[in-house]
Amino acid sequence: MIRKVRQHLSQNESLIFERSSPGKIGYQLPDLDVPAVDAAAALGAASVRAEIEGFPEVSEVEVIRHFTRLSTWNYAIDLGMYPLGSCTMKYNPRINEAVARIEGLAWAHPYQPESLSQGAMEVIGRLEAALCEITGLDAVTLQPAAGAHGELTGILLVRAALEARGNPRKKILVPDSAHGTNPATAGIAGYSVQNVASNDQGMIDIEHLAGLVDDDVAALMVTNPNTLGVFESNIAQAAEILHSKGAMIYMDGANMNALVGVARPGDFGVDVMHINLHKTFSTPHGGGGPGGGPVAVAKHLEPYLPVPRLKRMKDALAWDFDRPGSIGKVKAFYGNFGVMVRALAYILAHGGPGLRNATVDAVLNANYIRHKLRDFFDLPYDRPNMHEVVFSDDRQAAKGVRTGDIAKRLIDYGFHPYTVSFPLIVHGALMIEPTETESKDELDLFIDAMISIAKEVDEQPETLKNAPHMTRTRRVDEVTAARKPILRWK
Amino acid sequence: MLAACGLASADELFSQIPAEARLQRPLALADGISEYEIVDYFKSLAAQNANGYASFLGAGVYNHYRPVVVDTVVSRGEFLTSYTPYQSEISQGTLMTIFEFQTMVCQLTGMDVANASMYDGSTAIPEAAMMAERITGRHKALVARSAHPEYREVLATYARNQGMQIEEFGFDRATGQIDFADLESRLDKETACVIIQSPNFFGIVEDAKKAAAMAHAAGALLVFTFTEAASLGILEPPRDADIVAGELQSFAISPSYGGPFAGIMAAKEKYVRQLPGRLVGESKDSEGNRAFCLTLATREQHIRREKATSNICTNQALIALMATVYMELYGKRGLRELAEQNLAKAHYLGSKVKPLFSGPYFNEFAAVPAKPVEEINAQLLEKKIIGGLPLAKFYPELGNAVLLCATEMTKRADMDALAEVMA
Repeated sequence: MIRKVRQHLSQNESLIFERSSPGKIGYQLPDLDVPAVDAAAALGAASVRAEIEGFPEVSEVEVIRHFTRLSTWNYAIDLGMYPLGSCTMKYNPRINEAVARIEGLAWAHPYQPESLSQGAMEVIGRLEAALCEITGLDAVTLQPAAGAHGELTGILLVRAALEARGNPRKKILVPDSAHGTNPATAGIAGYSVQNVASNDQGMIDIEHLAGLVDDDVAALMVTNPNTLGVFESNIAQAAEILHSKGAMIYMDGANMNALVGVARPGDFGVDVMHINLHKTFSTPHGGGGPGGGPVAVAKHLEPYLPVPRLKRMKDALAWDFDRPGSIGKVKAFYGNFGVMVRALAYILAHGGPGLRNATVDAVLNANYIRHKLRDFFDLPYDRPNMHEVVFSDDRQAAKGVRTGDIAKRLIDYGFHPYTVSFPLIVHGALMIEPTETESKDELDLFIDAMISIAKEVDEQPETLKNAPHMTRTRRVDEVTAARKPILRWK
Repeated sequence: MLAACGLASADELFSQIPAEARLQRPLALADGISEYEIVDYFKSLAAQNANGYASFLGAGVYNHYRPVVVDTVVSRGEFLTSYTPYQSEISQGTLMTIFEFQTMVCQLTGMDVANASMYDGSTAIPEAAMMAERITGRHKALVARSAHPEYREVLATYARNQGMQIEEFGFDRATGQIDFADLESRLDKETACVIIQSPNFFGIVEDAKKAAAMAHAAGALLVFTFTEAASLGILEPPRDADIVAGELQSFAISPSYGGPFAGIMAAKEKYVRQLPGRLVGESKDSEGNRAFCLTLATREQHIRREKATSNICTNQALIALMATVYMELYGKRGLRELAEQNLAKAHYLGSKVKPLFSGPYFNEFAAVPAKPVEEINAQLLEKKIIGGLPLAKFYPELGNAVLLCATEMTKRADMDALAEVMA
């Protein structure tokens, strides 16, 4: 039975270009307090455009209605549980939005004098220090803009350190359970990728790994907990194997929310890792960004961190650009500062004990789901999980229903789908991550929905094949979209 | 819930982590604080930054007015707290805003296709250069020394490890524009692309048509970048470029000490399959209604892994939405008037403080003060004015020059005060 939702009216809305009529405006500018300038005279007639062809002309209220109507076509955390595995869709506290908009922070120019930027620099310094403590590593750069950007930064650091020893090496090892960004990153950093097969537990096979690590291997990129939501219990051994051959261990910190306050990568041999501020530290995903991808490193990689580095002088903070070993800049200025403000606010609100509690609740919620759903869905790797749990659609596939169908049906029950068909090592994966911010009531609603769907698979599989039924937009023809791409209005 | 999991205590949840890997003490972070204390703390930090100053800083980050409506829209939880729109049936709102964004980026830049956004302008540049490499099979990028210095630094970081060769070409010391003779002498059969910025770092408008013709004659692509999107309200778009990679910070994105901003990447139609990042396309749903979805994903990392066009995943969706709302509010007339006001303000300032270069400028220009720039800027600070950016740090050859920016938010009285100190 569907308990969480029922249908209501939703407003139609056209593309803004179709609403446009000549002469309408939605802006105001003050009268000029200086003489107007003839553009053709100042810039040269050939440099001046006639108009921006096709640009919309609408009023303010039309803009407000346009976006408000569109917003109601979206699902969001603010509407309910968003159990996308690996994406960590937790509640985004609004205080974080408020402080990021305080004028002295939001309007700080990156080139304003350091003496007039001490508050912004303190945000950066304090966040770096907190992330060092949380990861157990020695230094942090906040410059990378997102997780994949952090990965690239991290691998460039590895490369720089190995180059300084005389040989950057050739290969990066990536487990077959990894996020696609890992191999893509290795490629952009100039490395070839060697895949590492998982063992029958879905974990790194230590003996297999030992056989692979040679003088050509620069690093292993490993997600921990891995994408099955399981802690790689041999991680310290893996680190030893790599270190003994002069290679390093890069940890993809996408799942760091399962470890905060419980275990620290620096304590189990990790040399370098990234953190997703928009996952673990709750800065909003915003429909796909902005993110923040800080990189934490052990002491031996610190000399290579991007410039500039924040330096604490006797009575002020300063930017240090004189870093001869640095890999250079990975982004203009200092990183996604506004995202840093939000993440620091989250850390201050929770404090040390609160951060650990969040980890405990996230892991408890995911284990609760595993226990409640294990009788209804296949568990290819049946073992205690951390912050997420991965089922397979094996049982349902026998009836012709796949993970993608179950996901679409879940929409009718008022939930966003889980992550579909990832990790790749699980056939027909259902990857579920509840996060700590869901109450038992919401979890039970979700569990009931999943059980109800499992029964539908037995009794009326056709219902699932063309789900969702209750949304204003039904299944979208993605094949035609890719075959004959229409990427803009004309 | 523990009982349902067959556990006696919360600690048992972590039994799979070997004891030696577990943290045996509390984190050395203070206890949590209340909402009021958090506000108070960040206000105290904000008070240590510049407050109540007039500013003549631009140099890639511009002070433009942010209409109230922008935050009204982006604060809606349905935009703020949703994920990347992979599930199209319940993400049509985000998908349609991105489709409008892609369209307006094309209209602004004169390109055929645009992606859903990049991290920022600086990181869009190496992505564009790598795209040009893939298209041409060549491995050298020529970049204008008059392009933003930090963008060039980021390009160098990316290039260093992929066998991409980066060479700079100079600017004319009289006009501040591209030194075309220098560019021509460096173009060869290995050149994948020529990268120019307009208005360039000195605020000077470049001849993109000529640069494109030169690049194309050598079989290379023209990559066009911009940091001041407001200029596109009045300037002829770079229709002859092959790839446009720039920054939309000017469109309702607060300076925020350098980020988050919204980069763009647009190109000619024939290069669409080499674009990095997410793309939204129009289609229909099973009932024949217009519907949007992410498309051409076979370029991307989650499908192609190490053979992807880029490793980019998360981009700047919410920030791109700010720019989208801004572009729709201002519209065709507004962006024109905005550009005209910027032009008028900067040229008023230019009538009081003599520009160093003779080339046409939009809303910023270099000038050489009579006294050392540090002295001038210190004097200005006493008047609650942040002066321009001293250029020597990035351009030692320009000595005492300073980069001054004026926008629609710059007041005449402050320009008069600046001119008096600089004289």
